Amino acid sequence: MAAKAHILIRKGRVIDPASGRDDVADLLIENGRLTRIGASLDAPGADIIEAEGHWVLPGLVDACVHLSLPGSGRSGDIASETRAAAAGGITHMAAQPDCGPVDSTAVVRLIREQAGQAGFARILPIAAMTQGLKGEQLAEMATLARAGCIAVGNAGGKVADALVLKRCLEYAATFDMPVMFRPQDAALSAGGCAHEGPVATRLGLPGIPALAESVDLSRDLLLVEATGVRAHFQQISSRESLRLLRVAKQRGLPVTADVSIQHLLLDESALEGFNSHCHVIPPLRSAEDREALLEAVADGTIDAICSQHTPIGSSSKAAPFPATRPGMAGVDTLLSLVLGLVGEGKLDLARALDAVTAAPARCLDIQAGQLETGRPASLCVLDANAEKDYAEHWLSAGSNSPWRGSVLKGSVKLTVCQGKVSWLTD
Amino acid sequence: MLAPSSRVQLTDDGKLRHFLTTEHLPRSLLEDILDTAASFVDVGGRSIKKVPLLRGKTVVNLFFESSTRTRSTFELAAQRLSADVLNLDIAKSATSKGETLLDTLRNLEAMAADMFVVRHQDSGAPFFIANEVTPDVAVINAGDGRHAHPTQAMLDMYTIRHYKGGFEGLKVAIVGDILHSRVARSQVHALNTLGAEEVRLIAPKTLLPVDAEALGATVFTDMAHGLKDVDVVIMLRLQKERMDSALLPSEGEFFRLYGLNNEKLQYAKEDAIVMHPGPINRGVEIASEVADGPRSVILNQVTFGIAVRMAVMSMAISGQDSAPAGGAHGS
Repeated sequence: MAAKAHILIRKGRVIDPASGRDDVADLLIENGRLTRIGASLDAPGADIIEAEGHWVLPGLVDACVHLSLPGSGRSGDIASETRAAAAGGITHMAAQPDCGPVDSTAVVRLIREQAGQAGFARILPIAAMTQGLKGEQLAEMATLARAGCIAVGNAGGKVADALVLKRCLEYAATFDMPVMFRPQDAALSAGGCAHEGPVATRLGLPGIPALAESVDLSRDLLLVEATGVRAHFQQISSRESLRLLRVAKQRGLPVTADVSIQHLLLDESALEGFNSHCHVIPPLRSAEDREALLEAVADGTIDAICSQHTPIGSSSKAAPFPATRPGMAGVDTLLSLVLGLVGEGKLDLARALDAVTAAPARCLDIQAGQLETGRPASLCVLDANAEKDYAEHWLSAGSNSPWRGSVLKGSVKLTVCQGKVSWLTD
Repeated sequence: MLAPSSRVQLTDDGKLRHFLTTEHLPRSLLEDILDTAASFVDVGGRSIKKVPLLRGKTVVNLFFESSTRTRSTFELAAQRLSADVLNLDIAKSATSKGETLLDTLRNLEAMAADMFVVRHQDSGAPFFIANEVTPDVAVINAGDGRHAHPTQAMLDMYTIRHYKGGFEGLKVAIVGDILHSRVARSQVHALNTLGAEEVRLIAPKTLLPVDAEALGATVFTDMAHGLKDVDVVIMLRLQKERMDSALLPSEGEFFRLYGLNNEKLQYAKEDAIVMHPGPINRGVEIASEVADGPRSVILNQVTFGIAVRMAVMSMAISGQDSAPAGGAHGS
């Protein structure tokens, strides 16, 4: 679309979980800012987007993606993956610190430059909490924050011991930086590649017990309480972890949490036949865990749903299951799959949309995920009833998804990111 | 609906195409394997120890994990079926130079192999290979990770049927390192399919996988209870090479509690037989008095093993030949 100064989106069903809005309205974007939402707006000279019968949503905020920088040897670069994200209605994505590692201002600059040049979605880098993600020496968190990082984390990497972790949290708390945790006890999960349960036992796959997550989480929560740091727990996967999070939230600790969409849709049975697309960390857990996670999203114990997007080339998945690289590509299908949960009656529409828009923005403490007038416009227009064939319309460079090749409901027609059109279908 | 393992292993008309696991295979097919093996047992006693069933076929032994004993029996079985045999010790060759498993496979396919006998340290590797090979190549699992060792299980079934006449009403105890044992998993599936009354797993909790009951067995941590009135005792090798964490305090304590000696054998039925997939650790999982005693059938297992592997190889080649090109390929 030629870049015009103004865009008028007409007669869409505007759903904004942050404000509770759900009605048919027009939206006007002027010079990149969302200026008005109302009935029968008039904007001479503006580009008109007819959205009748479609939904207008805040741009999705994805709290966890793994991106690649040149030379990392991974599939998918920032341009290809942000384009796939834009096609899926995502406007903001928090990039894990393992893409660099993000422990120097040069790497942060590179990420921001590449994302800016591509122009599809805003990347919010998370800084490494320790140098080289080695879990030993504190990274220059304050400098990295000034360079544009929104939080710190160790990308699931092991931190040497509780003392080093405590110092990391104290240092982050000094600058009020949120800390991203991915709880998994290194010793309890060592060598594992599947949920320790009946399926792994039958298939002879080394297990990762749910306990590996909850043991680590309980220690992290104690340290969060002791240091007063703001904490976001990523990719929660087990019932026991949910119990710990509920207690922590009830006690008023500054904690939030997310779950990946695949953990809401799949369980350990997906590994039958050694399906390497379903090799993810944390592993897909039991059916009971999956049900508990859905309930936790519904009741708000889990704040956000993320893609945990990890694009992996086909060669890294073409090996015996334990030897394959864990991870699933997910930005293409995040919105369709979340809406699928709504269609199945597992989640209420407003809560489901909140979990991919306003809630992750709150978790990341960023201004995004809502339709707020006066701010740069980030939104998407969705044909919720259209079917999208992911054999034909798959954009991520990663081919590693069990849904690649599926036909799913929901097709994004337009995405506007920070006032600019980043995706528009014919 | 067929389980994923059956879809890969069987042709559309239910013949054996690959042999990757005993799980989900129909009882009739397992019985076919045992019956076919029976017809091969005498071949080893003839002056010319060969039958022409695999004449002109090329069998490649792909051992990514070393095992002289298993490889030798597969080699001998293939030779007795008149096949040409190529032994590749992959662990020391291509993959150590950085070649992927898929690249190795494509190169071997280019040599026009008809069958791959695969041993691999990763569970599921033979499934991966069976899904990737061209439709006219059969894959036999010679042991993958902790998952399956189906020919070993079937030679154990042959041995049990030989000595016990069948499986109905049998109580079978499998003792020792269940956690790391691919043999135990394949045995449990085969015994349940063939109609054994009860399969028991006996081990300390550190050597039992979680949800071991889900395999289809009763779990015991005490030898006296577990061995009570069983017809068959299968001892497993303590896989010391896989024990990378604190699983047992000492071999001595393990032997005192779980090692099979004549005293513990008295819990079993008087005519119970004792089996072991080998190689045995004397004084660790089994006492010499039992290993060499009158109830031990350990050496007969080895003899039957060649006949069982001949049966599986000939049936898989037959399944390949009868399947339409690409008909049952992939899952």
